[in-house]
Formats: sequence, structure tokens, C-alpha cells
Amino acid sequence: MKRVYVNEKWCLGCHLCEYNCAFANSGMKDMVLALKNKKIFPRIHVEGDEKITFAVSCRHCTDPLCVKSCIAGAISKIDGVVKIDKTKCVGCMTCVLVCPHGALSPGEDGVMQKCELCLENACGKPACVTGCPNHAIVYEERGERV
Amino acid sequence: MKQYVILGNGTAAVGCVEGIRSIDPKGKITIVSEEKHAVYSRPLISYYLEGKTDLERMKYRGDSFYDDNACHVLYGTKAVSIDPKKKQVALKDRSVLDYDALCVATGSRPFVPPFEGLETVENKFSFMKLDDALDLEKALTKDARVLIVGAGLIGLKCAEGIRDRVGEITVCDLADRVLSSILDADCAKLVQKHLEANGLHFLLGDTAVRFEKNKAVMKSGKTVAFDILVLAVGVRANTELVKDAGGNVNRGIVVTETMQTSLPCVFAAGDCAEGFDSSIGANRVLAILPNAYLQGHTAGVNMAGGNERLTNAIPMNSIGFFGYHIMTAGAYDGEMIEEKTGSGVKRFFVSDKLLKGYILLGEIERAGIYTSLIREKTPLDTIDFDLMKKVATNMIYSEKDRRKTFGDVV
Repeated sequence: MKRVYVNEKWCLGCHLCEYNCAFANSGMKDMVLALKNKKIFPRIHVEGDEKITFAVSCRHCTDPLCVKSCIAGAISKIDGVVKIDKTKCVGCMTCVLVCPHGALSPGEDGVMQKCELCLENACGKPACVTGCPNHAIVYEERGERV
Repeated sequence: MKQYVILGNGTAAVGCVEGIRSIDPKGKITIVSEEKHAVYSRPLISYYLEGKTDLERMKYRGDSFYDDNACHVLYGTKAVSIDPKKKQVALKDRSVLDYDALCVATGSRPFVPPFEGLETVENKFSFMKLDDALDLEKALTKDARVLIVGAGLIGLKCAEGIRDRVGEITVCDLADRVLSSILDADCAKLVQKHLEANGLHFLLGDTAVRFEKNKAVMKSGKTVAFDILVLAVGVRANTELVKDAGGNVNRGIVVTETMQTSLPCVFAAGDCAEGFDSSIGANRVLAILPNAYLQGHTAGVNMAGGNERLTNAIPMNSIGFFGYHIMTAGAYDGEMIEEKTGSGVKRFFVSDKLLKGYILLGEIERAGIYTSLIREKTPLDTIDFDLMKKVATNMIYSEKDRRKTFGDVV
């Protein structure tokens, strides 16, 4: 199963991954129209301080606690990808309560969203990886992990 | 071919089915469902009344769930006894089911204290099951005065769900604060203020002692007139089947870390079970949905001959009211360390150099990082505690630990 991995030594902290993520999931064709002067709700976020930065997104855990904990049965793991059925989510945030990596956050509408590897949007592969100027984010097969 | 029987058709039952099927794709699974509904998300009944979901979207699993997992569901019936020697369950309709492994996932029921005059109240409801919500919905009118007895999670979610559909809501509780099972006094006060700002009225440290049709007489002597009464005092685990069969029962059915009861080949999971709570180091009923699934899954795996142990269950709640989010987890043991943030309050409870519990009001971003510290018993001297208090971030971990988490990359 290919996943998104991050090399924090190479991360510049430029936040471009956040913009590319928000754009890829906006369903729009024009990045300016999609993002300009808008608060963005990306599914990846950069954490860090002046010295260290790194991007965090869903790990698609082998044993995902969010899937087991969702009170609406809205999160499932299909073909290795942890997905949210946004129509079922009521925004209770139990997934935020349990995700050990802090990888989920609500979207603009209060419904939860998370990285689904861009497999179903126009991008087709993780936009954060494609757009990372320093190759600090990669999309690779590295085996299963908890 | 192994025969599995699951008593109950809620979240724990689904966890059990998925646990069994992760090991044994073929065995026969029979589910006994007292409710005549396919499995649905119980905690969503308040969201249903609020209009945030509907019966279709409340389905906890897709329509093909039982077929996909080759489960036979018996609706509208229930077990009346277990014979652990013969490995049989007798049902209300007098049929008998043989089992090789049994999971008791019978949940809980509302506890209704013996109120004087309760039988004189016409419009009275519990608030646990879908049918409770549907019954209550029929009684809702724009001008209705609602009295909710119980300011816990159930009573307050009910209040939120119906606020825009009724005239006024009064919530009473014998406890002197709201959400007394998950909040300390200070935090409860802040939450109460928020609830009052959203139109709820409270009578705390006071409860109804007598009902006279549409009037409640309170312990304090006050009276409350109402059109609709919701009883949300508390719940009791459905333990009788195991108790009557000679199994070990306290407040819930006592289970080990594999969800095995004291009866051979009988497992229990969910709100009826009393499993290990690692935040207090003892068994207790953890009546929360994630735990029901986790326990059910663990039971299922072990019923099918696999090996799964649930060793790090803790109480944890994420609950919001009118846009204000509250998260709590673990035990409120040891030193309390408070951090006031721009938009909320965080309270951490620390002892033995471990995070034992927390209460977050308003600011709940990435709270799972805190929950994980409790569940994994992460020594606080291995993380940046001062940073942790301020913000839930993966920066609290050492570079080495982060590397482990994010993929051995760096």
C-alpha cells in the first residue's frame, strides 16, 4: 500500500502542500478562483517551529482507531485507504478525539475531512507530493504499520 | 463449521461480526435483535431530531452488511436464558440456538427511579433507542414545555436536538452540575453558561420527586409545569442473562482483556460489559460507542480462535452543544494543570509522570494526540510537556519518535 511520507529535514515549511491539497479537493479547475482570498481547509497541515517543519496527513493506519470509533459508521477503510462518507458525518469530532496523529479536521461545512490520497479527485495521486518543491513529501510503498 | 451467536444488534455486535470474519470467513453467525431495525447509530438520535441526519444516513453499516458477512438476523425477539453447559440460548419464542461461541452484546436500558405519580404523566419518554426518538418526535410542538430529568450526556444531547422544535426546555439533575460524569465543577459551570445562553433552563441540585399529570414537584418544593417529560436519569447494563446462568456480574458483565466472561465460550461486549479501564487500572463499564466496537471486535476475534486483547481502553468523550465542543478522556487523577487558551480551557491531570486525563473546552484541535499519551502511557519526560499544554502537536515528540510514527523516512 503506497502512502504519503514526509522527510522533515527537507521540508521548507512553505505550506504549498496545504494549498495544493485544498485546490485538488476543491473540484475547481482554476487555482486562483479556488483559493484566492479564501480561508483554506486542507487535509494536510504543516507543524513545526523556526527550526523544524513537517507536513502531517492521514497515515491510513493498519488498525485505524478512527474507523472503529466513528459514532456514525461514516469512516471505513477500503482497499487500504481510510475514507469518510461525508453524507453520514454529523461533525461530532470523535475521530479528532482518537486520531493519535492529529490528522483529521473539519472542512468549511463542519463535516470532517481527511486525506484520501487524491485517488478520487482530478489529481489522481497526492497533490501534496506532486507539488512539493523540495521533494520532502513522497508517495511510496513502505509496508504496513500500526 | 463453527456456530456463533450474538445477542444484540448494535455497535458491539457489528464489531463482533467484523472480528469473527477477520479470522473465520465461513462460520455461521446468528444475530438476535430485539429491535426491529438493522443496526443504526444510536448516538445519532439527537442529530436526527435536530435534522442533521435522517433514517437512511443513520445506518451504521450499509444495507448489504448482513449479507456480505453471511449473518442471519432474528428480528423482534430476544434471549431469555443461556445454558452454558449445553451451549444453548433459549429465545422468547421458545426456539433454541446452539452455539460454539456466544457474544452477549445486550447493551443497557434506561434506569427510571420509582417516581411517585409517574403513571399519571401522559407524554413521557426515554432517550436511548431510535424508537424513543421517533415517539418523542411525534409529541413535539412549537409551544411545548419540556422537562428533562437528567443533565448528563443523554439528557443534554436530547435538549440540543429538540430545542428548535419546542417552546422551552428545563433540565433538572440531582447533581449540582451538568455533565457530572465527565466534567469537574469549574468546567461544568462554563458549559452550563453556554447552554443557558442557548436557551436551556436548569434546576441543578434538585430533582423531581413527584409527578401530577403535567406538573413535577421538585425536591426543593418548586414545581415545574411541562407538556413533555424526558427521563434521562441514567442507564443500567443488561447483565441478567449472564448472571442467571451463574456468570460473574458486577455493574456490568465482568470480562477479561479478551472479552471472555466467567462462563466458558461466552463473551460479552459493549454497554453491558465491564472491561478493563487502563486509566484507573480496574474494571468498569465504559458505555461509549468506540469502546463498544473495540470490545465487540476483540470478542469476535477471540470467539473465532484468534488472539486479540483490549488493554488500553479508557473513557473518552467528544461532545458538542450548539457549536461548542467538549472533549474529555481518562481519569481526573493527580495534579491538575490548567492552560487557558484564546478560545477555550484545557485541564490536564498528571500523576506518576503520566498524563492520566484531560478536559478540553472550546479548543479541541488534534486532541487525539493527548488521548494517545493517556492510552499509550507515554512517559511525560520523553515529550515536550510545556509545548503539549499549549498545543496538541507532533512537535512534542523527539525527532526519533516522530520518525517512527511518520514512516522511518527522516
